[in-house]
Order: sequence, then C-alpha cells, then structure tokens
Amino acid sequence: MSEIQAIFIQEARDQIAELETGLMKMEKGDRDPETVNAIFRAAHTIKGGSGVVELSAIEAFTHTLENTLDRVRNGELGLDAPLIALLLTCCDHLANLLDATEQGGSGEQAEIRSAGDDLGRQLMARLDANDAGADKAERITSVVEAAGASEREACDAGAIADDTWHISVRFGRDVLRNGMDPIAFLRYLLTLGEIAHITTVFDAMPDAQEMEPESCYLGFEIRFRSHADKAAIERVFEFVRSDCELHILPPHSKLAEFLCLIAELPEDDMRVGEILVKSGALTQDELESALHRQEGSKPAAPAGVESAAVAPKLGAILVEQRAVQSEIVEAAVVKQAQSSEKRAAEARLIRVQADKLDQLIDLVGELVIAGASAGLLAQKSGETALVETTSVLSRLVENIRDAALQLRMVQIGETFNRFNRVIRDVAKELNKEIELVITGGETDLDKSVVEKIGDPLMHLVRNAIGHGIEPADVRVAAGKPAKGCVTLNAFHDSRSIVIEVSDDGGGLKRERILAKAVEKGLLPAGATLSEQEIINLIFEAGFSTVNQVSNLSGRGVGMDVVRRNVQALRGNVEVHTDPGRGSRFTIRLPLTLAIIDGFLVGVERASFVIPLDMVVECLELPADAADRHYLNLRGEVLPFVRLRELFEVAGEYPRRENVVVIRSGAHQAGVVVDQLLGEFQTVIKPLSGLFRNLRGIGGSTILGTGEVALILDVQALTQLAARRETESRSVSASAPAAFR
Amino acid sequence: MTRDTNKDAARIALEQDLTIYNAGAVKKLLLDALAANHMLEIDLSRVAEIDTAGIQLLILAKRESLRQKRSLRIVAHSPAVHDAIDFFDLASYFGDPLLIPAQEAA
Repeated sequence: MSEIQAIFIQEARDQIAELETGLMKMEKGDRDPETVNAIFRAAHTIKGGSGVVELSAIEAFTHTLENTLDRVRNGELGLDAPLIALLLTCCDHLANLLDATEQGGSGEQAEIRSAGDDLGRQLMARLDANDAGADKAERITSVVEAAGASEREACDAGAIADDTWHISVRFGRDVLRNGMDPIAFLRYLLTLGEIAHITTVFDAMPDAQEMEPESCYLGFEIRFRSHADKAAIERVFEFVRSDCELHILPPHSKLAEFLCLIAELPEDDMRVGEILVKSGALTQDELESALHRQEGSKPAAPAGVESAAVAPKLGAILVEQRAVQSEIVEAAVVKQAQSSEKRAAEARLIRVQADKLDQLIDLVGELVIAGASAGLLAQKSGETALVETTSVLSRLVENIRDAALQLRMVQIGETFNRFNRVIRDVAKELNKEIELVITGGETDLDKSVVEKIGDPLMHLVRNAIGHGIEPADVRVAAGKPAKGCVTLNAFHDSRSIVIEVSDDGGGLKRERILAKAVEKGLLPAGATLSEQEIINLIFEAGFSTVNQVSNLSGRGVGMDVVRRNVQALRGNVEVHTDPGRGSRFTIRLPLTLAIIDGFLVGVERASFVIPLDMVVECLELPADAADRHYLNLRGEVLPFVRLRELFEVAGEYPRRENVVVIRSGAHQAGVVVDQLLGEFQTVIKPLSGLFRNLRGIGGSTILGTGEVALILDVQALTQLAARRETESRSVSASAPAAFR
Repeated sequence: MTRDTNKDAARIALEQDLTIYNAGAVKKLLLDALAANHMLEIDLSRVAEIDTAGIQLLILAKRESLRQKRSLRIVAHSPAVHDAIDFFDLASYFGDPLLIPAQEAA
C-alpha cells in the first residue's frame, strides 16, 4: 500500500466518524441543514479522495452513497429511521473496505463486494421509491436556480471602489416603547470598528401635531470601517432585528446593490442618492450611472422593482434575501462560521508519522540523561560559571521534554465519541433505551495510551449496557426513568488521567459475586472478605455472573482483560458500586509513558526513583515507629514499607531513616529509605520480560553517573502497605480476645 | 443678525432629562414655546441625559422652526447633548439655519 493510500485511509476514517456523528444526530431529531451538509461533505470527500488514490471499489460505493445523501440534502428524500440505519450500515461497510485495503487487499474480496452490492441495491431502491416525489422537488430547484441566475445578472455591474461597509437602518416605530434605544446600538457598533460617516434620516417623522414623542421615526445611513464579518455586524442589531429594516452592504459592493438599496429605502430615490453621495458611499458619477441604469433596466427586469412598488413589505424581504445571496462568499462564510472555523483549525494541523514522534521522544530522553550527567560533572568541578550554564541547559531540556511530550497528547473526546455508535447499536440489540453522556472530552493524554485504552473502555461500556442497566420494566418498577444512562468522564488528577465509566443501573450484587466465585473455585467456601475485596473478584480471570450468555458480554474474559490492559499501562482500575443506584469503574492512568519527574532516594548504595507527582511529603522516621509497619502522622495511621526489607538490601540499618509519604488515588503510604537525594528527571526504560513478575518495581532509568536506578511502582507499594497494615491490625485486635 | 435680537429672543431652559420618560411633556413645552416666540433660545446646559427620543424632539423642534421660518437656537449644550448631537452628526443641521434638506429642494 502506498503512502498516499495510507494517508487517505487515515483521513477517510475521520470522515466516516463525522458521517456517523452526523447521522446519529439526525437520528435524534436534529434537522439542521448544516448537519446534512456535513454528512454530504464527508461522503463527498471520501469519494474524491478514493478516486485520487485509485481505490475504485471505495469510489464506486461512495458514489452511490453520495447520490443518496445529495437527494437528502436537496430535501427530495426524507431521512427516516430505516434510511439512517441503512446509511450507518454503509458507514460500517466503508470501514470494512478501508480495513481490507489496509491489510493489502483491494477491497475486491467476494464477501465484502457482495455486501457492498447489496447495500448499493438497497440505496438504489430507496432512490427509486422516491422518484415520484422527486419531480416536484426538481421543479422547485429549477425555479430557485433561475432566480439565482437572474439575481447574479442583476448584480453584475462594476464594484464600488471603497473598503467600507454600508449600513442602512430604519428603526421601527415601537423601538423606543419597547425600551430599546437606537443610540445604544449604534454606540455598541463602535466596539466593532469606526463610524466613518453617519447620516441621520428623519424624513419619516410626521408633522409636529401627529408626531408621537414615544415613537421612533429615525433611520441612519452609516459608513462603517470594520474588519468584522457581516454576522458580527448583524448581531449588533440582534435585539431590534425584527423591529427594524436593516441593510448591510459589504465593502466593494456592486453598484447594483446600492441601486437595490435606493429602490428599497422608504425615502425618495433622489434623496437617498444624495445621502449616499454625501456619506461617501457613492460618487456623484456612480449615482448618476446607477440611476440611469435603473431607468434602462426597468422594462427588462421588472420583477423586483414592481413587486417592491406593489407590496413594499414583500419587496423588502425579497431584496434583503437577494442582498444576502449577492455576497455569496461572505454570507456563506458567515452562515457556516462554525464549520469554517473547524476547517480552519484542521488546516493548522500537520500530520506527522507517529514513529517520528517516538524517535523525537527517545532523543529527548537521551538528552535528559546526558544533561543530568553533565550537571553532575559540573557540580563536582565546583566551577560556578559551569554550574550556572548547565542549570540553564537543564531547564531548557526540561522545557523541550514537556513540549515534546505535549506533541503526543490528544484529546480523549474522539475516543469517547466512538461509543455513541456502540451504545446505539447495543441498546437496539438488547431492546434497552440508553443515553450516553460524555463529559471531560477535552482532557488530553498520550496518544499511545489512547490507542491502548480503547479496548478496555469498550469492555466496560458493553458491560455497563449488558449487566449494569436493567431492562426498562425493572427500571420503572424501581422508580427510575426507563431510559438508562451511561456516563463517560475524564479528568486530570496529579499527573494522571482518570477515566470513569458509570451507569445508573442496578449496581453489583455482592452475594451473587461471592456465590459465583465459590462456585468457580476462585475462593474456598466460607472465606471472609471485605466488601471491596468481594467486588474486586469480578476482575479475576474466568469470572462471569450474568445468567444468560449474550454475545455482548458474559464471556467471562472481559474484566480480567480490562485489568490486565490497564495495568500494562501502569494504571489501575477500581470499581465503586451502589446497589440499586449503579456502579462506577474508575481507570487511573499515568499521563505519559516515557519521561517523568522523579524523586531520587537511596538505600545503602542502591538508588530508587519515586514518581514525583506521587510524593506528598518527606519526614524522619520516628524512633518509636521503627519496629512497626505504621506510624502516627498527625493523628492518622500511615502504613509504611521499608525498601531495605522489601528488596532485601544487605547492610546495617543507618542511624536515621527517612519516610517518603506517597499517595496513589485515595491511599497513602510511607516508603522508608536511607537517604533523600532530591528531584531527578527520569527517562523510563521498561524492564525486560524477565522481571515482569517483580512486585513494586515499575521500570528502570539511568542516572547521570551511568548507574541504573529502579523506578518504584507506587500503586503496588501502597497496596502492599495497606494490606500489611490491615493484617497487623487484625492480628493485634484478635490477640487480646485469645487471652480472655 | 440674531445677535442684535438677543433681547427679543425668548429663552427657555430645560431642567429635566431629555429622555423617553418625559418626551411627551418636553414635546409640548418645545412646541408651545416655539409657537409663542419668533425667536427661541433653548438652554440645554442642565440636561444630564439625552436619548434617541430626546434627539428626535430636538430635530422636530428645529424642523418646525424652519418650516415656520422662525429662529431656534440651542445656546448651551450639556456634555451629554453635545455628545449625542456629535454622534448623530447633526451639528450642521442645528447650527446652520440655512441648510435646506434635499426633500424640500426637490
């Protein structure tokens, strides 16, 4: 597969995602034409791209899809539920085609092709069924087109040589009574630009006797210098929009547009012309030629002018609409401001091969190590200037490290959004009504983590739908809304990212878990476990509680695979459950897998690194705690582990030992070491498979001196300490009982 | 010319704000004063606030005076009035009694 095809496939996947998002929005009742347009654009982009990279199978299929969407976009084909379902299947098929292409095929395998042909036929069938209705629609289209064409002709005159907007506004009679003051709007206009010239038009004001002081008779012709777009200027008048007659002509408007304006304004043509000349919108010559043209064109194109004369209101609307159309570019940009902003954001992106980034991170890692060793040598030499230089250097290296890591960060929202489709499909299959709520989608984390977290998340979400959310009748009986809710949430917490999958279903049932575990032989009968330990049994291999095995969940591999995948990312997964209210799975992951800020500690001659974000504080080990496994930290029990004992480091106990207080999630623990050596930038080098089963060690790193230091696995250590503490406490608690 | 007739000119001073809230009263006041005097000077130095309704009334009075070929002058602008007249670019309309709007010319 060529490189360009690879790029196409990547982009096509994004487009398919967009297609799906749009279709699902429409399924929920979104009828925004912009959504339809977005869907169509996505299909169109895929078709165009596939043609360029010569993937004919994809091109042919997308062509049919595009045709269908085109009909939908033109309003000829109603987008009902069956059609949306069909279109979603088409998305799946496209994804299959892309997969096949990526795996080296050409998308021509018999199986896929027949599936594609089948879908194509279904699409065609829908098109044919709608052909009867299409005739009418086509007529409408042709009328619209004709109108557009004549309008374009009308505005074919030369552009006015000026770079200033022209705003023409006539306020409605009741504006003042409604508590709105035109001067306030006009003053607000000044926040967008500069009023080059303003003409106050009060021709509408009747004689003194009839003039009502509370009515507004004023209008303004404004020359306005601004870089704002038309929508922004229109927004200024938003609150009086329905109560005023507003014309905004962009800079370089055609003479004909001013002509329209002149014809449109309530005042006498000559009077308006004079105002325009006075305000500098037109020159006298331009005005004369315009009025001349108007005279000449009256018999030729009477439609607009006559209708304006007969029914000024209708005429106003027509001309206004035409004015909008005549600035096709500006208006379109304004109307699609949102999508164009998005496209602009896309244009600022550069696609880079992931391995190039990895290479960069590796290099930065080496740089960090080399910098550390240079810093160490400088310290030893004692030369102040050298020390200063290396400290600046190390600060820069730190910045580069952060920036390089930032490059790999992506938002998790995209991963979350994929689950919309999963929820929809699975909920349909199980006949449950389920809503997906996504929060914290803007939380970013390392790209490689995102890729690896997809599968575990999928398991959790499927579990939530399959096991968590009860059938609608059970929910209603329990006094809950029939529609279940699955929530995906993500946030940062001390250099780790927390991802939560929660549901408002029935929660985990401890008795059933316990019974199942005993039945499966995971536990001896009569074992006593804490509540949390029982809940955690669901992460054991070969555990499944659902009574009927569906193809969604219940294969009994889900949860232990989840835990293993998460642990492979140096993370952990916890579950909280509230019977009857639902459960929440919390995945906690380190933000990055490559480089961390470490805290260097020493035991005898060995060095260890603790991730700095996990370190809460350091203190001296109190003498009275020396022979226990816990100490009194400001009235709280703090369990601790001695690295010396844990790793069986030989040698004498030093006179004074230090405790590093570490925190992982909600747990705190102490690590007792000999020396505290300070902060240290740590490049994580994974340990080889040989050491995989080593408890408490998460990786290794190279110190500036060239020595190796081991990185402590804080989660494992806190768990170890917590377990020891409960054991020792239960022993001490049961001991007095035995004496009685 | 108007200078000489200073003692003939009646002067009224508006004390209240020129806003929508007392637009009705001000309209009556202005028109009555205009009807009673061939030359009228309006002192606006104590007008703390003026809005579009107020400006509109000043325009009305001015236009009425032009129509009846009488003289109407604003002799003292408060900052607010000055600001508003400036903003709407009406200084020449009020300041130069000889200006004839296009409509009347046509």
